[in-house]
Amino acid sequence: MVGGNDMQSLSNRKKVFEQKPMGFWERIYLPAIFKGLSITIKHFFKPIPTVRYPEVERPYSKNFRGQHSLKRDEEGRERCTACGLCALSCPAEAITMIAAERQKGEEHLYREEKYAAVYEINMLRCIFCGLCEEACPKEAIYLDGPHVTADYLRKDFIYGKDKLVEPRFDYKEKHEPTA
Amino acid sequence: MSVFYFVAFLSIFFALMTIFTKNPVHSVLYLVITFFTFTVHYILLNAQFLAVVNFIVYMGAIMVLFLFVLMLLNLNKDTEPLKSNLVKFMGVIAGMCLLVTLAASFRLLQISDPVVLKNPDIGLVSNLGKVLFSDFLLPFEISSILLLTAMVGAVLLAKNDPKKV
Amino acid sequence: MELAFVIEKVVLVTLIFVVTLVIAMYSTLAERKVAGFMQDRFGPDRAGPFGILQPLCDGGKFFFKEEIIPAGAHKSLFILGPTIAIITACIGSAVIPWGQSLTIGDRVIELQVTDVNIGVLYMFGVVALGVYGIMLGGWASNNKFSLMGAVRAASQSISYELAMGLALIALLMVTQTLSLKEIVEQQSGFVNWNIWVQPLGFLIFLVCAFAECNRVPFDLPECETELIGGYNLEYSSMKLGLYMFSEYINMFVSSALMATLYFGGYNFPFMYDLGLSQNWITIIGVIVFFAKIFAFIFFFMWIRWTLPRFRYDQLMNLGWKVLIPLAIANIVLTGVITIINDTFF
Repeated sequence: MVGGNDMQSLSNRKKVFEQKPMGFWERIYLPAIFKGLSITIKHFFKPIPTVRYPEVERPYSKNFRGQHSLKRDEEGRERCTACGLCALSCPAEAITMIAAERQKGEEHLYREEKYAAVYEINMLRCIFCGLCEEACPKEAIYLDGPHVTADYLRKDFIYGKDKLVEPRFDYKEKHEPTA
Repeated sequence: MSVFYFVAFLSIFFALMTIFTKNPVHSVLYLVITFFTFTVHYILLNAQFLAVVNFIVYMGAIMVLFLFVLMLLNLNKDTEPLKSNLVKFMGVIAGMCLLVTLAASFRLLQISDPVVLKNPDIGLVSNLGKVLFSDFLLPFEISSILLLTAMVGAVLLAKNDPKKV
Repeated sequence: MELAFVIEKVVLVTLIFVVTLVIAMYSTLAERKVAGFMQDRFGPDRAGPFGILQPLCDGGKFFFKEEIIPAGAHKSLFILGPTIAIITACIGSAVIPWGQSLTIGDRVIELQVTDVNIGVLYMFGVVALGVYGIMLGGWASNNKFSLMGAVRAASQSISYELAMGLALIALLMVTQTLSLKEIVEQQSGFVNWNIWVQPLGFLIFLVCAFAECNRVPFDLPECETELIGGYNLEYSSMKLGLYMFSEYINMFVSSALMATLYFGGYNFPFMYDLGLSQNWITIIGVIVFFAKIFAFIFFFMWIRWTLPRFRYDQLMNLGWKVLIPLAIANIVLTGVITIINDTFF
């Protein structure tokens, strides 16, 4: 080895570590064991910081981004017009859609003249960056849902409109007779 | 009595199995079972202390060491040394000599010792202890010194002082 | 032998067997719970309230997992290994006195399967036999890590048996009997417990009990970091379950043995001063005995989640160079004190 112990210390911060031979009490090992035992038993009676998740939820921050939801307007119509800006802005290319034209009599279902017949987000690709939310001109998509839950098959992670569109509220009764 | 014959049959059977099995580990295991039947024999003779000591020392310690060494050696068919005909011939002669000696000694031995039957509790711990530390004190101590010598010798052999070599 | 006697013993044996298995089952849960609490978490709490159904789930899982016997393994010995392990673990509890006698009608029922007059030696023999299960299993697996685990188990158990035996001899010099029942009876009350006369012997015995049960810090045969599981590496399904089970049963039996030998067994302070009937004394005694056992089991777990594993040379040094000389010194000391006591007082 070059230098070795004779090498000059440039910073003057070097500390020489000296390993002293163990004393009697250290060598019989028992005091150290009792010390360790006292530490673990202290932890035994400490309050446990675990939050039991499904039963107890930690408060989320206001800008938490969870599962996407496709919004409806005040009359309960889907806001999405299938412009494809969200798909374009998505860095993970998780979003696909098929557009369709609104037919006569569907005005109570879709706000715009064009709507998304199929709207799919692959939750395994999604990185929850929120760019789709920012890109949307119609304020139709928000990442305001809960966590995306685990599943067994890859195909089950492709969420279609059945999981994404938010449920209709009280508009339902108002419009149903006409449908 | 029938229990005795059954256990005796078992011990002879497993002793033979010890010799006749090819696999050394099996052989050791059969020897363990043989020792276990000996333990049963001791219990039948109401010699509990001897039984349990046989159990602890032979089955629990010595045979474990045997097994230990065998497992480390990993004896296979390839490592088995070749036995020449001369060796086999010598083996047969030695075996015959042993047989003759045994047969001769059996002829000379007396059949049974009625002293044992007088006190059936002679094998219990307290009696054995009293006998060992009074009547047989000298042989007892001498055998312990013998064991001590063996132990010191083993330690010396294993020590392998680097300065002298 | 009358029929009632046979029925009584069969019931007692079945009861002890069931209690042993249940305690072993719940020790696995307790182990994980204790580990959790000591590491500031809850431990398993999903299966039933507080996770009390967890052992059943684990057992069910063990039963229904695929049973794999490696192609190169020695099949009969591979099966024999866990069998011996579990049998030797279970038979140990035969000589432990669980309590005094119960009187029902005019029958007096002893709460001990059998009072052999060499009970201590019997326990010792069972412990000595226990290592065969591990050795055979490890060897028959035909795997070098398993073999190393088996070899470690053998050398460790023999090394610590010596110190354990020497510690016991000092105790036997005090008690002057090998029957566990008599040893317990001598320790009635609180001041007569053997721990007060044999503290050093108890310490040695305790360390050796840890080593014989293959518990941390002496779990070198199954050392995960070096041997990826050691002797039980190739085992799956219920055979692995039996190995783990036998470890917990061993822990239970050795806790019972330590409580019997050094902590007065079923004796509790002021047991004859409270004016209770014999049956009540017996029942409270059994409860007290189990409380002591649970305390020891907890201690086993407490140590496990506190101390790191020993290195192999440290283990051997501790066994041969520390514990055995200490145990011999303890024997000499005990002898000297006994003689002084006998001659001057």
